[in-house]
Amino acid sequence: MSRTFLGMPTAPPGVGMLRGERPFPDAARTALADTQLRRNLGKATATIRAKRAAVVAEVPDWAALREAGAAIKDEVLANLDRYLVQLEERVTARGGVVHWARDAEEANRVVAGVVRATGVREVVKVKSMATQEIGLNEALQQAGIAAWETDLAELIVQLGHDAPSHILVPAIHRNRAEIRQIFLAEMGKVGLPADPGLTDEPRALAEAARLHLRRKFLDAEVAVSGANFAVAETGTLAVVESEGNGRMCLTLPRVLVTVMGIEKLVPTWRDLEVFLQLLPRSSTGERMNPYTSMWTGVAAGDGPQEFHLVLLDNGRTATLADPQGRAALRCIRCSACLNVCPVYERTGGHAYGSVYPGPIGAVLSPQLTGVADNASLPFASTLCGACYDACPVAIDIPSMLVHLRSRAVEAKREAHRLPAPEQALMASAAWTMADPGRWARALRAARLGRLLGGRRRRISALPPPLNAWTSTRDLPLPPREPFRDWWARRRRGDRAGGRATGDQDARGDR
Amino acid sequence: MQVALLVTCLVDGLFPDVGKATVGLLERLGHQVEVPPAQTCCGQMHVNTGYAREALPLVRRHVEVFSGYQAVVVPSGSCAGSVRHQHAWVAQQAGDAGLAAAAEAVASRTYELSEFLVDVLGVTDVGAYYPHRVTYHPTCHSLRVLRVGDRPLRLLRAVAGIDLVELPEAESCCGFGGTFALKNPDVSAAMLADKMRQVLATRAEVCAAGDSSCLMHIGGGLSRLRTGVRTVHLAQILASTAGEATAP
Repeated sequence: MSRTFLGMPTAPPGVGMLRGERPFPDAARTALADTQLRRNLGKATATIRAKRAAVVAEVPDWAALREAGAAIKDEVLANLDRYLVQLEERVTARGGVVHWARDAEEANRVVAGVVRATGVREVVKVKSMATQEIGLNEALQQAGIAAWETDLAELIVQLGHDAPSHILVPAIHRNRAEIRQIFLAEMGKVGLPADPGLTDEPRALAEAARLHLRRKFLDAEVAVSGANFAVAETGTLAVVESEGNGRMCLTLPRVLVTVMGIEKLVPTWRDLEVFLQLLPRSSTGERMNPYTSMWTGVAAGDGPQEFHLVLLDNGRTATLADPQGRAALRCIRCSACLNVCPVYERTGGHAYGSVYPGPIGAVLSPQLTGVADNASLPFASTLCGACYDACPVAIDIPSMLVHLRSRAVEAKREAHRLPAPEQALMASAAWTMADPGRWARALRAARLGRLLGGRRRRISALPPPLNAWTSTRDLPLPPREPFRDWWARRRRGDRAGGRATGDQDARGDR
Repeated sequence: MQVALLVTCLVDGLFPDVGKATVGLLERLGHQVEVPPAQTCCGQMHVNTGYAREALPLVRRHVEVFSGYQAVVVPSGSCAGSVRHQHAWVAQQAGDAGLAAAAEAVASRTYELSEFLVDVLGVTDVGAYYPHRVTYHPTCHSLRVLRVGDRPLRLLRAVAGIDLVELPEAESCCGFGGTFALKNPDVSAAMLADKMRQVLATRAEVCAAGDSSCLMHIGGGLSRLRTGVRTVHLAQILASTAGEATAP
């Protein structure tokens, strides 16, 4: 069922942000108690859900686009070795330098080395999931280099000494009053301070960020970015964004370093037409994103004169090796699955402990780290299927979650670390249900449960672990007669010439 | 038409009235119902909790028990979903291609109740009478795994006397999710709270659905809070007639 692929690089522990400190149910409990968070998330996800639904509905060939997106990505994944080498050749031919990074540590080392060689101590950053994944800012800080986030939401997160909680909208857990506080308290410590009269009007907050960031852009000699896509046939990198901060970073500094997961490839320029339609509609709910920047190597006298591309594995090869899990690498980080997920909507991203939260995070993070390190994430879903419907590259997340649950259980089984009550419950249920005689006897024995009902004829308290049910829900009393006994009695009645009909209780679950 | 009933373990053990209603309804429509006594459980709980290995004998039993029938009807969207989308997978995981093929064959003849009524029997008006204010929760697996669409609503709209009110945000999950309700009880309760808020906003007496498991969860919450709203399975509404007791 699941194999351990020895020698495959996985995301190393102790670096980056793919592992939480607490299992999901614990972290979720804390998040659920945060009234402000619940309100911010509920409002933000409902808004973006509605926007996405409207712009997706107006595309008549959305289903075909979605299939094309999935097919292109699958083709890339099946021939990744070839496309990566092709990309390296094209980028190198156009004056770029390509680095291969096995994992987060290697990638961080490469970036720090490139920056150090320039002699500067500061870099500006384009919003990027890959650099969050590997903890690049922290690694650069240790190397004595300050990395400034320039995306508005990432800036809020960075200034707030906080962690992103959404792939697209990393500060989705903050409201504007909180943002105002953060700007007033923190901007002055790292650059141009905010006007003390700053209000929490969105326009005023954006203007404060603009002024603060403008100085950073103009001073920067080195920028670090991620990439949404890389075109193998041309060696072109692409970043799509809304604010224009990315365009500043990609054009003003002398040196540009791009960190990209190895799965971000598309074979040809033409393939971008599919993804540039799928991505903005799925992520921001826009027909088209305001800024699409594309660059190919280095152009003399125009933009960065030194370009480094870091190709990051960090568990992707191991993910690719699992036939039932590899489709997670189709992901284009649109975050549509987060916005439709009823679990994410209530807990927010921090509960997942990884930069990749929500449904895609629940299937991606455990694969990048090895399932043992994120064993609670595949269970952080009701399998309601809303994510699969929303995914623009048709990743069947629910089926993948079920597969990863099996891998998590098998891994724990091998390590003898399955929780005893759960294993006992599953084993005894399977044993009982394997034989109709045993099953019938168990159902009849369950009648004893009727003794648990008080005056309300309901079970409202059960011992652990079943108190997890009765802490918020009643349970109906087991019936006097299981269905199968009624049926058998009715059958006997039939044969005797009568019929035990009319005794169904249309009054429901009473 | 001869129909085999997949009772489901939950209906067998906890909600026998749903099974009785399904039998009563199908017989009233003139069909002969068989309940193979050797059936136990489809194994969905095991598969969805990561215990595919333990589910294998249950899948094998299910396939053996139901292989001989021309139609299998199940009053549960999630059990029908498990039969159709998980059984062959469980067999493949165990390397049993023969069982996988047999499971596919059984799955192709397995219908959730509303699918069977509307698609196979071609009826929407089943002659039911249910004079109550009802709101309908579509359940995730009926909606997004089986794609039953508005079939249950078409059946309900044809019920005489019913006051059917639309449930706001009907398509969001109620938070049950099988063992999710035990493994993530806090998130499950938070989702349930929102579902109950929507149900109560309709002022319905009854919250109906096509799956006893979701109803056990929603009904458990509604009961705990003494809301006075009850949960009733779609089959029970469709089985009710003017001649039978129909009071909630």
